[in-house]
Amino acid sequence: MDRIKLFIPLIIFVVLAAMLYWGLGRDPNAMPSALISRPVPAFQLPALGQLKDADDATLVVTGQAELLDEKLFLGQVSLLNVWATWCVSCRVEHPYLLDIAETGVRIIGLNYKDEVEAAQQWLAKYGDPYEQTISDPTGGLGLDLGVFGAPETYLVDHLGVIHYKHIGVVDDRVWRMTLQPKYQELRDALAESQSGNTQ
Amino acid sequence: MIADQKQGSYFYILQSPFISLRAVLFLLSILCLPAWAVIEVDRLSSPELSERYQQLVAEYRCPKCQNQNLAESNSPISVDLRTEIRRLLEEGASDAEISDYLVARYGEFVLYRPRVQASTYLLWLAPAVLLLLGLLIVVFIVRRQKRGASESQTTLSEAEQAALQALLSEAENTQDKIENSSGAKS
Repeated sequence: MDRIKLFIPLIIFVVLAAMLYWGLGRDPNAMPSALISRPVPAFQLPALGQLKDADDATLVVTGQAELLDEKLFLGQVSLLNVWATWCVSCRVEHPYLLDIAETGVRIIGLNYKDEVEAAQQWLAKYGDPYEQTISDPTGGLGLDLGVFGAPETYLVDHLGVIHYKHIGVVDDRVWRMTLQPKYQELRDALAESQSGNTQ
Repeated sequence: MIADQKQGSYFYILQSPFISLRAVLFLLSILCLPAWAVIEVDRLSSPELSERYQQLVAEYRCPKCQNQNLAESNSPISVDLRTEIRRLLEEGASDAEISDYLVARYGEFVLYRPRVQASTYLLWLAPAVLLLLGLLIVVFIVRRQKRGASESQTTLSEAEQAALQALLSEAENTQDKIENSSGAKS
């Protein structure tokens, strides 16, 4: 018994050291979204417009004033990307979003607390990776989504349910390591349910 | 008469430009103590709501700047959330409803005072458990020391007694010798 007592300080030290070491590897900014496994909140907001090739080979933003709501997410797996022209990191991830969109990934934009004109100019200048862009100048939808800064990217399934939230820039590593596997999983699940329906 | 004089002296202080400035500054500096509180406070319709608002914004954590509460933070999201809390207060929401509203969007993370539930039992109960554990250890040690002291009185064997006596008499002898020698010298 006395022998064991001698080891108590050592045991306490080892336990404490293990806990502190585990704490070192954790990201203090990591914050799980409260909306995982919950549907995209109801909203009704105007579309920012899409960039289309006009006849005279110039780019114009069309389709504005169309009202979008949460049904936008039904039927397809989508990424919901929160961005703004005032957000420097959004500029960084923009080219990569264009790349992803080119491979056929459906990206919905949420223009968060931004000026409509500035946002349209941004898309005209840098390109438009978004199938639709929701214009949220007051940040109301952002608040319901639990957005606390841009960029943030949500993974939404074909039923409009949020499955994952990535805070920060989406780059090659983030896409390949975390987002794409989850995205593919949802796509596969959707394809499976569709083939099940047709049988 | 005395009261009049007193009042007069107060007026004198106020009339003296130098002292009144000091007095005003002193008053202001006292009033500035809760200055971390939010500036938009007077936009609420009643003082009761203002008070609740001040308590609430101090209790929620800014999601963006994680070591500040909503009252201290100037980040856009904190401004938005403060606006929302004011709106909910004006609509007559209870504190619990406001808390639910924020937790539904930003998670338990925003609560500086976590809820008592299965996932936070450890957090809430740990201090009490540790205190109890400490008390038990103290009681255990004190008891053992007492028992140890009483045992040592009774468990001296005969051989030990003899050895003790020998030591004591030896000590007495040497004491005598020293006294004798010092006595001889003087």
